Amino acid sequence: MDHISPVLWQFLVKWMTNFALFPPEASKIAPQMDALYFFMVLVSLVGLTLVGLLIVGFSILYSKKRHPVAVQIEGSTLLEATWTIIPLGLFLIMFVWGSLIYFRIYTPPANAMNIYVVGKQWMWKAEHPGGQHEIDALHVPTGQPIQLTLISQDVFHSFSIPAFRVKREAIPGRYTSVWFEATEPGQYHLFCTQYCGTDHSHMIGTITVLTPEDYKKWLAESTSGMSLAQNGERLFASLSCNACHNGRPDARGPSLANVYNSKLRLANGQETIADEAYLRDAILNPSEHVTQGYAPIMPTYQGQVSEDGVISLVEYIKTLNSNYRVEQTLNTTGLLPESEPTSKSPSTPKAAPPAAKGTVTP
Amino acid sequence: MSDSSTLVQADHAHEHPPYQRHHFETMQQQVDATGFAMWLFLLTEIMFFGGMFTAYLIYRNWYYPAFVAASHQLNIFWGSLNTLILISSSFTMAMGVWSAQMRKQGTLVLCLVLTFILGLGFLGIKTIEYKEKFEKHHVPGAHYSLNSFLNPDSDKEAKDAGDKPLPLDMARHTEIYFSLYFAMTGMHALHMIIGICLLGYMIFRARQGAYTTGHVSFVEYFGLYWHFVDIVWIFLFPLLYLISRHQ
Amino acid sequence: MSSATIVSLPDQSTARIPKTNFITKENGLLSWLLTGDHKRIAILYLISITFFFAIGGSLAGLIRLELLTPQSDLMATDTYNKVFTMHGVIMIFLFLVPSVPATLGNFLIPIMIGAKDLALPKVNLLSWYLYIAGGTLVLYTMMTGGVDTGWTFTTPLSTHYVNTNVLSTGLAIFIAGFSSIFTGLNFIVTIHKMRAPGMTWFRLPLFVWSNYAASILMVLGTPVLAIAIVLVALERTVGIGVFDPTKGGDPLLFQHLFWFYSHPAVYIMILPGMGVISEVISTFSRKRVFGYTAVAFSSVAIAVFGFFVWEHHMFIMGVSNYSTLVFSLLTMLVAVPSAIKIFNWSFTLYKGSITFETPMLYAFGFMGLFTIGGLTGVFLAATGTDIHLTETYFIVAHFHFVMVGGMLMAFLSGIHFWWPKMTGRMYPEKISQLAAVVTFIGFNLTFFPQFILGELGMPRRYASYPEEFQILNVFSTAGATVLGVGYLLPILYLTWSLKYGEIAGSNPWQATGLEWQIQSPPLTENFAEIPIVDHDAYDYEWLEKMELAKKQQEVSSVG
Repeated sequence: MDHISPVLWQFLVKWMTNFALFPPEASKIAPQMDALYFFMVLVSLVGLTLVGLLIVGFSILYSKKRHPVAVQIEGSTLLEATWTIIPLGLFLIMFVWGSLIYFRIYTPPANAMNIYVVGKQWMWKAEHPGGQHEIDALHVPTGQPIQLTLISQDVFHSFSIPAFRVKREAIPGRYTSVWFEATEPGQYHLFCTQYCGTDHSHMIGTITVLTPEDYKKWLAESTSGMSLAQNGERLFASLSCNACHNGRPDARGPSLANVYNSKLRLANGQETIADEAYLRDAILNPSEHVTQGYAPIMPTYQGQVSEDGVISLVEYIKTLNSNYRVEQTLNTTGLLPESEPTSKSPSTPKAAPPAAKGTVTP
Repeated sequence: MSDSSTLVQADHAHEHPPYQRHHFETMQQQVDATGFAMWLFLLTEIMFFGGMFTAYLIYRNWYYPAFVAASHQLNIFWGSLNTLILISSSFTMAMGVWSAQMRKQGTLVLCLVLTFILGLGFLGIKTIEYKEKFEKHHVPGAHYSLNSFLNPDSDKEAKDAGDKPLPLDMARHTEIYFSLYFAMTGMHALHMIIGICLLGYMIFRARQGAYTTGHVSFVEYFGLYWHFVDIVWIFLFPLLYLISRHQ
Repeated sequence: MSSATIVSLPDQSTARIPKTNFITKENGLLSWLLTGDHKRIAILYLISITFFFAIGGSLAGLIRLELLTPQSDLMATDTYNKVFTMHGVIMIFLFLVPSVPATLGNFLIPIMIGAKDLALPKVNLLSWYLYIAGGTLVLYTMMTGGVDTGWTFTTPLSTHYVNTNVLSTGLAIFIAGFSSIFTGLNFIVTIHKMRAPGMTWFRLPLFVWSNYAASILMVLGTPVLAIAIVLVALERTVGIGVFDPTKGGDPLLFQHLFWFYSHPAVYIMILPGMGVISEVISTFSRKRVFGYTAVAFSSVAIAVFGFFVWEHHMFIMGVSNYSTLVFSLLTMLVAVPSAIKIFNWSFTLYKGSITFETPMLYAFGFMGLFTIGGLTGVFLAATGTDIHLTETYFIVAHFHFVMVGGMLMAFLSGIHFWWPKMTGRMYPEKISQLAAVVTFIGFNLTFFPQFILGELGMPRRYASYPEEFQILNVFSTAGATVLGVGYLLPILYLTWSLKYGEIAGSNPWQATGLEWQIQSPPLTENFAEIPIVDHDAYDYEWLEKMELAKKQQEVSSVG
């Protein structure tokens, strides 16, 4: 085969040996989606073959040479019904099957580990709960459901992991989420699939799936010293959130202990679940998310906290089981004399606003 | 030449009126077709405005307090006066169509001139309103000011309506209201301007007696357009000015 | 009667192109530029869309060349982004949307229904000028640096994050949009009000039905695109905030408005093509279209359902899970009428008397490729698989199968089929059959590998890509060169045939449509006398009787 150009030869050998028709199945959902995919491929092949056979067969049987005079036929209601109902039935099966998988992929289980992903032109930033940050990379363990909570700082991006068969748009101003459970350790592609400007095609990265042990090792090695919640706690204090949200009976803001995933009744009468998206909105657009019984006095933090900051705050609020820590930070910020007993004095809340205003007024 | 014997000689016995276009078989067909076309065109116009009405309804639902406060900034006097002017202009236009049908050239010209003047009057008042918004920095963009909504006491209109200060995050959404206000009334005004230009041309032609020969399609179809623009305003006025008046 | 062709040309030694026809009626450039004749406007459109197709096609060539290697080495990523954006804008708004309706539809619809012209000839000319104005603006955009938003103009990218000519492109699309609105409006009015005596709705050729359905979509959908573009322009210039998330606007609202037009636009593009296929399949199998009413109503069903499926472009964008159920179901439903059409065309062949001239070859190509395109659409309609496949090359392959494999094949089929009617001369048969086969092979080689690329996860709109995707991209680029040859050939030999083609006579295919009963090229007023229609569409027995009667007349007159 020497007479073939060596470059071409190398090319062929190299590529034909690892020629793939579909990406590796590295998540729990992948085989399920592939099953539907192959079912559809099968139906398509059967359909295509049928149409092909009809065209080729009739072309041979009824070519002008063999069949010089056409027989006029109006049509057939029975046949029309057949090729309406059979495709419709098949499409409905695909619809139900597809929707089941769709709901599975976009409904994270309760025990999923949450990782935040912020997209910006043109990089992905992943934030683990332990405070580990990654750029254009994501390390995840096997055997553990991982929920990604995505948001974009600028334009639409889309977080796509073909090997896991999952993809979700990162939208500016709104959380979206997707989950997966990785099954095979290894390295996989991460793509931004929504066109996002000049370097769209460079907004790619690597997903590294580790065994749980390796993952623990990796977490320990890459820790930045402070978890997201700890970061959020610091931010919570420096923005003086604790001036109002401190759980005291006369506090001007609702207590945030155990607020995450609880059912809230809002001032406008609506009921809502305080999920991540709600917490984020309540920080940035507070007047639309006033809890019943409280005055709409909270200032907006839009433009003052970055998306990363909001994520830290949300993570912190999620970890709040009691107001003990809030009170502690309140004490350390020096707004409250240490000696004073908690919240008995009506003057203490009033002392807070000037400090709070100082940090938030534009 | 036709190859088919079923193609028969069409009836050419009657005389064609001069305004019948040659590709129509009968005058009736011409009137049917062009009238139908005009209605279809108005349908596309509905879809055109429909996109903005959809946006309005969605955002009004989301940012209700901002939409209420912002709508208090509109001047109901000018708005009502403009509504009255437009309805009158629709009446004069309808009279114009009638006089064209009755072949009364003088009345037709008069009606068209009146419609023309009323249309200009509408735009004049719209300019006054826009100027007010401009002065108060209520035009969306870099110079947009939230003052009227954060400190309603410092603002005449807001004070009169008894507005309470909006929280900053909600006040910011008043800009969306004004965006839609300018987009919708602006598009409406653009349609008015096009209509007024056409009116000018029609007055010129009507004085030459072009529409009083029995062929009134053009005046009729323009009337349809004018009424349509009027009806758009009849939806805009309550949605933008009235619906949140007393809230 | 056992020859393999139905072509019956007049005796070439005596045949002449009729002296008076719509081409020779008047001379000079102005007589074309100010014409109200639907046939002349159709020719103007044909020339202009071919021009823009050539530009869009060259851009496609550049894209494929860039993708030959994994690195972005032919051009910078910015340039690549501009190239694919311009390719999309030109091909969709300046080629696919006007292709069949504005050329073949314009030429044929009045003749097929027995009218002398479209109802509004001046509006028809205005449409062409609007199209040219839009096209010129697109060219201006290209000259002055292009635009890199993608043809979908996703906000906030298009409003706040790019510095290229979004405004001029938006204006171009706005203007071209009105061209399409006026064309659609003209068709609807003409089909409703201008039919010849006896031409009932169910005697209309299916080509008219499908253009009617497409016109409804044009008239109702395009204005929504227009207003979406106006809002984008205002957002960009003034910063009105309606689509700006930092001001409380919703960027998804733009996509809702955009796809409310742009999904039906897909049916605007494909429906007229389906009409061509109905005509061609019937003519070359000498048989009435199987299930005429089913095919006619399936066009209308596609138009109606087509308006309620737009959200399937946004399944992964954080829309409510339950709304995806509705839109996925409706999308499945809209696939059914297409299946009905495919089977009806297949069964039209049954007990026919089939010949294989070029239009028929293209029509077969259409049926195969459109079947693949349609079935892969179902992969994307099912929400579960859509998550994995959307925004990858699978999407690219899918809509190229529908738009290029479907629509362009149908367009070429129609151009060949009606070429003798439009010009009075035949195209060369052998080389055009070759072109049809080359196009089919080139097309499959270009776009089939892209399905696999998409399934492997390669995202669309990437200037560079991971190395393991190279082999399939090499196949695709190789196929594109073959495809390029396939498209170049018709341009060359059709131009050649204008002077050297055989004289076609009035009915070379022995087809039944009214357009074939008049001279080629037709008179300016189409019919010397307005026909009275007393038979259904595709009535070959009627045609035989007519032919027989004519022969007897000739014999008796000679005798």
